[in-house]
Amino acid sequence: MSNEKHDKLINLIADMEEDEALELTQELIDEGADPTDILEICRAAMDIVGQRFEDNEYFVPELILAGEMLDQMSEMVKPLISDTTDEEDKEDTGGTVLIGTVHGDLHDIGKNIVTFMLDVNGFKVIDLGVDVSPQAFIDAIKENSITVVGLSGFLTLAFDSMKETVEAITEAGLRDDVKIMIGGGQVDEQIRGYTGADSFGLNAMSAVNQCKEWLGEAA
Amino acid sequence: MPDITSEIISDSISGKSGTELYAEREQRVQDAMDLKETDRVPLSLFSHFWPATLAGITFEQAMYDYDAFNDAMRQTLELLQPDMYALNQTYISVGPTLELMEFKQLEWPGHGTDPNVSFQFLDREYMKKNEYDDYLADPTNFFLRQYMPRVAGAFEPFAKLPYLPAQYYFKMIRVPTAFADDDMIEGLEKILAAGKEMRKMMKGALAFAKDMAEEGFVQSIGGSAAAPFDNFADYLRGSKGAMLDMFRNKDKLLECMDRVADAIVKDTIVASKHNPSRQIFIPLHWGLDNFMSPEQFELFFWPPLRKVLMGLIEADLIPCVLWEGDCTSRLETIADIPKGKAVYWFEQTDPVHAKEVLGDITCIRGNVSSSMLITGTPDDVDAECKRLIKGAGKGGGFILDGAIGLPDEAKVENVVAMAQSVHKYAN
Repeated sequence: MSNEKHDKLINLIADMEEDEALELTQELIDEGADPTDILEICRAAMDIVGQRFEDNEYFVPELILAGEMLDQMSEMVKPLISDTTDEEDKEDTGGTVLIGTVHGDLHDIGKNIVTFMLDVNGFKVIDLGVDVSPQAFIDAIKENSITVVGLSGFLTLAFDSMKETVEAITEAGLRDDVKIMIGGGQVDEQIRGYTGADSFGLNAMSAVNQCKEWLGEAA
Repeated sequence: MPDITSEIISDSISGKSGTELYAEREQRVQDAMDLKETDRVPLSLFSHFWPATLAGITFEQAMYDYDAFNDAMRQTLELLQPDMYALNQTYISVGPTLELMEFKQLEWPGHGTDPNVSFQFLDREYMKKNEYDDYLADPTNFFLRQYMPRVAGAFEPFAKLPYLPAQYYFKMIRVPTAFADDDMIEGLEKILAAGKEMRKMMKGALAFAKDMAEEGFVQSIGGSAAAPFDNFADYLRGSKGAMLDMFRNKDKLLECMDRVADAIVKDTIVASKHNPSRQIFIPLHWGLDNFMSPEQFELFFWPPLRKVLMGLIEADLIPCVLWEGDCTSRLETIADIPKGKAVYWFEQTDPVHAKEVLGDITCIRGNVSSSMLITGTPDDVDAECKRLIKGAGKGGGFILDGAIGLPDEAKVENVVAMAQSVHKYAN
């Protein structure tokens, strides 16, 4: 898959040129482009976005806009695609990441950014939302053969909720089956030790890198 | 209340009258803000529900039982003897008012969160993406008829008000009919009840502050303000909406922020006029290192914020800016304010480093981390406070505080260790 328009679309997305990117996508669809090629273009563009984020060239606003572009383009090509989904492609990445904001905390932007970055890096992610009880994490671990659990929290009350969640996972006999990473707000190494998690991260890229270390490079 | 009284703290006030203590503390804080050397580093007390934690009442009680929270605040002040404190009642004892006005932007203990979980702001789109023109054309009309009905049930009927600038003569005579509408009557009754409730709470809080002043306690907050970007990202467009607008609606976002900067300054000057402190608390949310690039910060965040800071400084007020998160890369940029006219309070930026960059320009405040205050030991806290006092306190211009004040769950003995440290260590 290599032609001038495809390369142009990759760059438009990566350069945050939303209107032009969407116009060109429509043009490619109208010309009968293979929808899976367009999804491949999105993936290539997101690789660049992820790289620029890692290089501190892009920040949260670019990730939010990239996510919006991705959503809109997926909507545009969805009617043209049969059942081959992205999620199925991700089955062989060796593990699934379960993520959620811990009990008592309603903040979601940090969690959403991490989810997005894991997703564009090819990891399968199950997002349980906010104010997630320890039991809900345990149920999801059992149901989904989870390898990594990401606990998010912005408020200081999340320190105890994270600790309780890690303890509940241990009591459920699942601690050895999963790696646990925590992040958000005021989380630091001291809180990692306090909660019994395996690692903590200060930003979305550290979550991605941690998952790469634990699960191997995703597809 | 556990027996954790500190001899070092008690000794520091023994033999001094409330009047003496007040004058001494007020001067100490003022000298720190003026970047002058002080006898010791001043201690600030800023918190949300920590007084409830100390007094053993629930957060729900703190929000609903005015007397119980006043008592918790009194215990806190008497235990810690800070050089300045924030009158928490004004933002904690608001449960009944929130209920009466049917406020929708918060969930709070008993209303969406557990009895011992802090209130939380709901990050939503309260202003639609296509409403910038409405805002710019007539912000008051936009607030009255579009925005306010979305943020509180009591304000909902305002959506039915006629467009007021278009009313005249007999049209004006018909305006009262809008206020006799059944929904409007109900809404106005809710507003009236909420207003009376807030007055009742404030009356008690001000009486508390007066009593405390007689005991020598100085208030730190004379008013509050927001960075224009945060104003849009938090309260109007939602964080996602505002970040998308940085690309999709850049010019209008910039124009609106420039406009709201003037409004914020004007309102803050009026609102703070009769308050005992000249410090204006400005907590910042979206300008930190990890959220936007230096270029974005210098375009979207700093210029409108600086406009607010300068407006307040010109009115002889003292902006106290809480730079949340890590703002290390912003230090050179934010140095562009007049000398000795503001306080920069850092959450994760190291004050010792900030002092090197900003020490000649602004008083620095902070920043014992929440993680240490909650999960560390008194020895950890003592060592960190010593580092801050010796490093950031050197030569004056430093106020000791928690990273974002006292976290609700901080251990009492750790907070006492922090309060003691200003008496133990010379800067």
